Amino acid sequence: MTMPQTLTHLEALESEAIHILREVAGQCSNPALLFSGGKDSLVLLRLAEKAFRPGRFPFPLVHIDTGHNYPEVLAFRDRRAAELGERLIVRTLDESIAKGRIVLRNPNESRNRHQSVTLLDTQEEFKFDCLIGGARRDEEKARAKERIFSFRDEFGQWDPKNQRPELWNLYNARIHPGEHLRAFPISNWTELDVWQYIEEEGLELPSIYFAHEREVVVLSGGALLPVTDLTPVPTGAVSVRKMVRFRTVGDISCTAPVLSGARTVADIVKETATTEITERGATRLDDQTSEASMEQRKKEGYF
Amino acid sequence: MAPETLVDNGLLRFITCGSVDDGKSTLIGRLLYDSKAILADALDALAVSSRKRGLEEVDLSLLTDGLSAEREQGITIDVAYRYFSTGTRKYILADAPGHEQYTRNMVTGASTADVAIVLIDARKGVLPQTRRHMTLAQVMGLRHVVVTINKMDLVGYDEATFQRIRAEVEPLAAKLGIPDIQYIPLSALKGDMVVERGGQLGWYTGPTLMAYLEAVNLGSQDLQAPFRFPVQLVCRPRTGELLDYRGYQGRIESGSVAPGDAVSILPSGVRTRVKRVEFFGRDLDRAIVGQSVTLHLEDEVDVSRGDLITGSAGAPVPARDLNATLCWFSERPLDPMSRLVLRHGTREVRAKVTEILGRLDLQALESVPAQELRMNDIATVSLRLQQPIAADPHDWVRSGGNFILIDEATNATVAAGLVLAQESY
Repeated sequence: MTMPQTLTHLEALESEAIHILREVAGQCSNPALLFSGGKDSLVLLRLAEKAFRPGRFPFPLVHIDTGHNYPEVLAFRDRRAAELGERLIVRTLDESIAKGRIVLRNPNESRNRHQSVTLLDTQEEFKFDCLIGGARRDEEKARAKERIFSFRDEFGQWDPKNQRPELWNLYNARIHPGEHLRAFPISNWTELDVWQYIEEEGLELPSIYFAHEREVVVLSGGALLPVTDLTPVPTGAVSVRKMVRFRTVGDISCTAPVLSGARTVADIVKETATTEITERGATRLDDQTSEASMEQRKKEGYF
Repeated sequence: MAPETLVDNGLLRFITCGSVDDGKSTLIGRLLYDSKAILADALDALAVSSRKRGLEEVDLSLLTDGLSAEREQGITIDVAYRYFSTGTRKYILADAPGHEQYTRNMVTGASTADVAIVLIDARKGVLPQTRRHMTLAQVMGLRHVVVTINKMDLVGYDEATFQRIRAEVEPLAAKLGIPDIQYIPLSALKGDMVVERGGQLGWYTGPTLMAYLEAVNLGSQDLQAPFRFPVQLVCRPRTGELLDYRGYQGRIESGSVAPGDAVSILPSGVRTRVKRVEFFGRDLDRAIVGQSVTLHLEDEVDVSRGDLITGSAGAPVPARDLNATLCWFSERPLDPMSRLVLRHGTREVRAKVTEILGRLDLQALESVPAQELRMNDIATVSLRLQQPIAADPHDWVRSGGNFILIDEATNATVAAGLVLAQESY
């Protein structure tokens, strides 16, 4: 067998992510991995297996459930955690609402923004010092300068002006009591990298990532509004049935599907390689209000 | 880019050095645009932003500004990372801004880069900042530098202008000893010689910028270098059939490793051999620089996080005194009383700067006497450590000679360091 001279781009990204996960385990005393059942967090789980097996994960899995998630995604989440034999902690926005920690202005409003409250409360409850997430720098302009180890102050706030320089692969995870970190092992991955990795690893995904027929309303900008109990057909609008898939999976009230006939991961890789619309632009109904809205939410403690 | 053509030629990281005036943001925008990475809706948002500022055409430079604070100020304040793929190679671009905090931003961006692109405005020629960029690239050990002479459209695509600037840069590159240097005339604004050759630079026969990046040979030097493996974690499940399992988890930072290789554990100096190289339950014949693996050793030796497993031949000698080049990052100057922690690989030790041997004058390119270290200073210093570390001179084993300094009181990363060879003391 001839010796490989360099790594493929996926091998390089995978190896970097494994190194980051092991640094979290080596430097932090009580980390947790955020796992939603979505594709990016499923990639994180595979990377954690490669980083830590045959040992157990040195952290529990945590999901902040907005209460507005697609049921097939939640079922998938529970099954995957059970298959791995790892501990899954779920905290819900409904609990936070019941305790008065979150006050909704109207019952069906998007809960995406409110996740920060439950997330920070969960962090406080378990005294997690580092939350590992699947955010990527290519998702949005405000993320392009995000660190791999992102520092949050004692209020859970992200101050873009007070982040630590990151050199080589020497990460500084030192914090004072009350402060914490977010770690992003797949910072340097793009949407296409994620799909190529899912294909190469043969990872299983929730069914809504693949093309299926769904009742939607075509909004004026061209975005598709999925018709659900939470998001009924707006007055005066007409719903249609279309073949769609989700490129990103999150709160029902702010995640939109795209037209697609992709039934396999290979089909999705092909679509992604030739796509003309970036992931958040196509599928997040909440980010378009303001160009800087992600930055604003991050400052408030959002992932 | 059809999936059939997604041949994998690895991952290239590069940094762009220059200021807004040199057309750096426009060049980055052009690279992304012409490589089809600026996707349709990003372009739409861009058109809106440009109109808001009263610009008539889409301004490619607006693509590279990240945070709203800096968008309002019209400057970039930090290193931003951009991604694009040509189908054969994936690129990560570290975009470091060019104002007064430039040195620390460029040092940060350069730390992970394989290639530096230095921009020169064809109308202005070599400026003090050109010398600074070239010097920092050399200090950080970058092996490939591309000097792009931009705005050729504003000098009538004149070959003599290009040759004159090239002749000015060559002695500087020779003095610094940059091993691989390429000169490319281009117009980022018009798109000549970035991705497309354009019709105006027919006298230039070298590669376009993109063709150059596609062809850069990655990593062979790091692969030939001695084996270095900082131990991140020890895996001991202690259950069932894994009762005796003991694996050392980490990433190969230099060289390669195979079962049977003689290795030393540093700083203790204990010698043993590699029994297995494991990755996710599979045994590998060999693993190379960049790979995260699990090593098993022949003997039951004492190894923990912070130790370094090295090839027995050419292993570094653990030392408590070392000389290094430091780039000072902190807004607060070095205080001789402050308690510093040095992180090298996975090892952390207390450290003191005992002497400032000299500060690098980035204009004169020479060392000048200095009493203190301020933000963005590059200096040669002597360090005293509480415990020994096994460091390599960084010009010999690039990854084995890198460290950061952390202020124990604030936990801030205050400096980046490069270990110097004995002979340069």
